[in-house]
Amino acid sequence: MVKLSYERPVIQKLNTGSMNKFGTRTEYAPFTHIDNVAVKDLIKDYGSPLFVISEQQIRKNYQQANRAFRTRYPKVQFAWSYKTNYLNAVCKVFHQEGAWAEVVSIFEYKKALGNGVPGNKIIFNGPDKTEEDLELAVNNNSLIHIDHFDELYMLIELLQRINKKASVAIRVNMDTGVYPIWDRFGFNYENGQAWNAINKIMSHPELELNGLHCHIGTYMLSAGAYGIAAWKLCDLAVNIKAKWNKVIDYIDLGGGFASANTLKGSYLQGSDIIPTMEEYADIISNTILNFGFKPDELPTLFLETGRALIDDAGYLCGSVIANKRLSDGRRATIMDFGVNLLFTAFWYNHKITPAQEFSHHTEDMVVYGPLCMNIDCIRESINLPLLNKGDQVVVHRVGAYNMTQWMQFIQMRPNVVMIDTNSKVHLIRDKESLETMLRYEKLPLHLEKIDL
Amino acid sequence: MKLNKNIAVSENGFIFNPLSGDSFSTNPIGQEIVRLMKEGKERKEIVSALMDKYATDEATIEKDLSDFFQMLFSYQLINEHE
Repeated sequence: MVKLSYERPVIQKLNTGSMNKFGTRTEYAPFTHIDNVAVKDLIKDYGSPLFVISEQQIRKNYQQANRAFRTRYPKVQFAWSYKTNYLNAVCKVFHQEGAWAEVVSIFEYKKALGNGVPGNKIIFNGPDKTEEDLELAVNNNSLIHIDHFDELYMLIELLQRINKKASVAIRVNMDTGVYPIWDRFGFNYENGQAWNAINKIMSHPELELNGLHCHIGTYMLSAGAYGIAAWKLCDLAVNIKAKWNKVIDYIDLGGGFASANTLKGSYLQGSDIIPTMEEYADIISNTILNFGFKPDELPTLFLETGRALIDDAGYLCGSVIANKRLSDGRRATIMDFGVNLLFTAFWYNHKITPAQEFSHHTEDMVVYGPLCMNIDCIRESINLPLLNKGDQVVVHRVGAYNMTQWMQFIQMRPNVVMIDTNSKVHLIRDKESLETMLRYEKLPLHLEKIDL
Repeated sequence: MKLNKNIAVSENGFIFNPLSGDSFSTNPIGQEIVRLMKEGKERKEIVSALMDKYATDEATIEKDLSDFFQMLFSYQLINEHE
């Protein structure tokens, strides 16, 4: 006799009067394939947990964003935000699509050079640039975005010493109606600090002010804020032209466009509330186009959006380690991935789907990671099918920040694969091993011997 | 392992406790366990019946059955704790 497939017994109390008026779907539809490759095969070949990146989705996202802006504004240039995901394979897909590089440290800067990005197509942002870093950027004709006066004066001294000129922009922070204001980076618009920095730069012949940059926040749910930001940068550009007769080449609106992930505490799903790329493009383009620039003085629009271009191209495949019952009766499921790999679980309610067929019976549960630390919780409450030890799941929209902010804590980082546009799987980052970790450790001689 | 008196079980898995007024739902294997309990089967017999019918190992059934009984106890559908 053929035996029936097993599902563990479950009993649930029926409660009336607590309907979910938002009708959030239960994720029991299995997600068995990523770009036509079976999740079970991926895990069999590359282990669990496993990060999977879809090249096809990256290209689709890039092309859609590029189209949204280019159909509305004549001069647009995207620069890939390295900090969002700086795996070389990921960066190279963006560079093949035409994106420049946007970096915030010398480590990222050298990574971009190594990826073959010409120095004059690297935007060097961030508050941490040493004199040595700046000299390299100057020699490569990179676009240096100055963050503070100390950097400005250091750069002037450097240029006078090496007798060179540099192409610079300033980062401007401002009130766009979204709070708290990100005023820790750059020079403030409202209190005149930005204008002061501009005047200092313009009075130094070794500095050529070519751009104005801002980055107003992250996961911005209001497209309107970008209209205000674009207006304020245009205002500075027009005033620079009026006072110094200098045409600003580019306006860089930074990044911060939201992905479709759902923020913790949000009643509605992320995909239902985020502005579309077209909405961001519409308001930014209209603001600049209608500001009154002469046609030949229209600045190029730079964009450094990261999250919105990569988040949904990344998946984390994992397996159930164990099931248990908490003291208050709640079901707890322990996965083999935790906050060590899924840093974004601290602020998103990540969508998790099973990777195999289940019945329609589901359970509310807490999803924990494998770390022996209380903070390691992936979802405080989620309704999932009756998962058994060894079952596989897929976490969605994990492409942004997780593969840069992940921690080597208790566990080591796993393999990362990319599925190309022909559904071929490529290993793009090897999993770490004990040897990886020990390579960096040194043991004083007197501690070599122990006798227990 | 006996269900408390007066617990009503429908054919499609609904369970009603007239003492507390609570209603419950179970999945097919849960219904089967409740049915076996109503027939007065002992834990060993229940495990053996499930082993014969489902493609899984004894340890999994033992573990899941303990959890199921614990839930029945917490919902006051059985009186004795394992």
